[in-house]
Amino acid sequence: MNRPKLQPFSRPKHIDGFPIGTCFDAGHLVDTNAGWRTETPELNPGLCTGCLLCYLLCPDGVIFQVDSQLAIDYDFCKGCGICAHECKAKAIVMQKVEL
Amino acid sequence: MPKPITAKNLNPREFFYGHKACGGCGGSVAVRLALKVLGERTFTAVPAGCMSSVGFIYPQLAFGSNAIISTFPGTASMLSGIAAGARALGLQDYHVVGFAGDGGTADIGIQALSGAIDRHDRIIYICYNNEAYMNTGVQKSGLTPFGARTTTTPAVGQTRGTLTNKKNMFEIVAAHGIDYAATASVGYPQDYLAKVNKAKSVAGTSYIHVFAPCPTGWGAASDLSIELAKEVVDCGLWYLAEYHNAEFRLNRNPKAFTSIQSYLTKQARFRHLVQKDFESIAKERDRQWEHIRKTWAHSSQAGL
Amino acid sequence: MTTDGRKVFASGNEAVALGVRLARPHVIAAYPITPQTTVVERLAEMAEDGSLRCEYMHVESEHSALSAMMGASAIGARTFTATSSQGLLYMAECLHYASGGRFPIVMMNANRALALPWSIYGDQRDSLSQLDCGWIQVYVEDAQEALDMIIQAYVVAEHPRVLTPVMVNLDGFVLTHTYELVEVPTQQAVDEFLPSFQTTNKMDLAAPTNMGFTAMPADYMEFKFQQHRAMLDAAEIIAETDRAFGKKFGRPYGGLADGYRSDDADFILLTLGSVTGTARVVVDQLRAEGHKVGLVKIRFMRPFPAAELAFLTRKAKAVGVLEKNISPGYEGTVFTNVNSAFLNAGRLPLVLNFVAGLGGRDISKADIAQMFEQLAAGVKDVPNDRVIFVNLQVDTYEQSDAKTNHGEEPQPARVLLRP
Repeated sequence: MNRPKLQPFSRPKHIDGFPIGTCFDAGHLVDTNAGWRTETPELNPGLCTGCLLCYLLCPDGVIFQVDSQLAIDYDFCKGCGICAHECKAKAIVMQKVEL
Repeated sequence: MPKPITAKNLNPREFFYGHKACGGCGGSVAVRLALKVLGERTFTAVPAGCMSSVGFIYPQLAFGSNAIISTFPGTASMLSGIAAGARALGLQDYHVVGFAGDGGTADIGIQALSGAIDRHDRIIYICYNNEAYMNTGVQKSGLTPFGARTTTTPAVGQTRGTLTNKKNMFEIVAAHGIDYAATASVGYPQDYLAKVNKAKSVAGTSYIHVFAPCPTGWGAASDLSIELAKEVVDCGLWYLAEYHNAEFRLNRNPKAFTSIQSYLTKQARFRHLVQKDFESIAKERDRQWEHIRKTWAHSSQAGL
Repeated sequence: MTTDGRKVFASGNEAVALGVRLARPHVIAAYPITPQTTVVERLAEMAEDGSLRCEYMHVESEHSALSAMMGASAIGARTFTATSSQGLLYMAECLHYASGGRFPIVMMNANRALALPWSIYGDQRDSLSQLDCGWIQVYVEDAQEALDMIIQAYVVAEHPRVLTPVMVNLDGFVLTHTYELVEVPTQQAVDEFLPSFQTTNKMDLAAPTNMGFTAMPADYMEFKFQQHRAMLDAAEIIAETDRAFGKKFGRPYGGLADGYRSDDADFILLTLGSVTGTARVVVDQLRAEGHKVGLVKIRFMRPFPAAELAFLTRKAKAVGVLEKNISPGYEGTVFTNVNSAFLNAGRLPLVLNFVAGLGGRDISKADIAQMFEQLAAGVKDVPNDRVIFVNLQVDTYEQSDAKTNHGEEPQPARVLLRP
């Protein structure tokens, strides 16, 4: 798995369940960033040239390769718009989110 | 010579994921890409600042490889300690990297950085430069450029904002005789990847100063971060260079600079500037480039 | 064999270095400050001659020294550093960082007066001003105890129920630089007593972790409670380790606090550090004259031996707390801690605070004898001020302004503090 997955997490009820000394598992995620978005990127595979620039430049790393196509992990996309702005083929368009 | 790194052969794993940085954060691009170049067997230290604040909020821990928050002044010294401990324990095949911001590098962190370079500890120190103390709310740092409005240089009345120039950290670390140093920008990602990749193989201390726009602190739209990071290089207010084997090398020498005014006015922090400010900024840029072009060698390829 | 019979003539600092070498640290950070310097100098010689196999780092400040040791500890290395006064305070942020991060670092501190005024001489305000930083603090009496406690410090610090850094305090100059015969245990015996450092509180290439994280208000208190509990558990581990050390090396030290002729004493002096040695001599002298006096050596200030002190002084009529420390505007910190312990135990003998030796002022046998006299006198006639500055070489009565006195001769208003 190339990206950390959300972990089920319930707060320890006993002190012994707390990690010692501020040390815990790397890549442990309990909550998403999806709620931050006011715009959502929509990728058009027909226009995509596979240059991977969007994958490279995403500050959150949510664009990933599946076989020969690109996909977006919408759980962690913040809708910053860099992918759409930088795409030379205009294959990504930012759509307003229905609030 | 290390194999060139591209988006296609970059490690597909994400090591900085699920963090709470602002949308469009240039710093997180810098951290994310560097960690992909360095891979799983990496120890990372990040001081108090944006990248630690957004990445280590128990129980949401966004670093997928080993990482620790250091004290604000202590990134380089903690890195040195990690490197020494790893040597003593006989660990093999690993990297030790730190990501510090403006303050953690040029102000409060400079003492520890100086000591680490002096010891030639095998660490990679990456300064993600967003040109202010962003995590605490956009206060002026030693790496804030002339004319920038920050909350402690608020450009009220006739004051132009920040009245000093950025500390020249690249030449400061070079003056230490550092083993390898480079300037970079997230607007030139290929060049940045090559430099991180080069640092991997340096048997000593590496310093990479990467320009990392902050849309929140600069007053720019979140989708402009990469564009701004490219334009700052194209207009000559930042440069892409390396220092290696006691030699300075310029990686990109623009034939003509693009407009400084165009770059600056895209950001709210510079909108109070007037024509004479653009002229004095351009003059300072020209002075710096005269020195660079006269004394540094040129090379179009980074990471050699 | 715990000893090859070897006794060396060593200073307190040199004994610390010998103890550190036996403890086999992986990484040492060195930054010099008087009167600690001979510790890091001896360690440098040992590292260069190969008798100490470790990474020896020349750091550029004390803050970096402790910061570097936290980095090394965070990947599972055993670490050591040393400092004093200004250096201890310069790394103050890191003291809390290390204890909160549960890094079992051992650090020697040469107790020295804090500026201002500047002084290189010994007093205990440096470490006592940092009692709340979460470190275990031990105060040693002589060079032998210094060597022995370095070894015990690692056993205690690295214990899984403790995982707390330990500060080993030596009085500046009077202990760091004076010489005595010290028995050096064999490496084999120390290896048997102090196993290699194993921990899960670290970054690990096989099982990556994120360390040094933020905790929100919903969680932060639980981490502090955990730390507090570990320090309370440490009391048990310290006592256990002391007994085991006594058994193996023949030198038990009595745990958190150790009484000397205190069992039937009417008047007891509580002491900290090397002055205990002088006080023992005075106790013997006064006992020979028929006075029922004794002392209790407070060895650990954290965890605080509250129950032990209340028990050891239970029959005393008056107790004196002798410390090279004052919290300006109030009282000595040891005095504050002792009074709290007595109150919690339901004991309220007369307790006097003897503030002595600040900035390296000598504490003589005569001074100590006078303290016992004051305890005896105090039982009959309780003094107004229980905080007594010992051996001030100046009058301290309040002088009134001649002008506002309407031309009358200035009269001493009141005696503020006993000279």
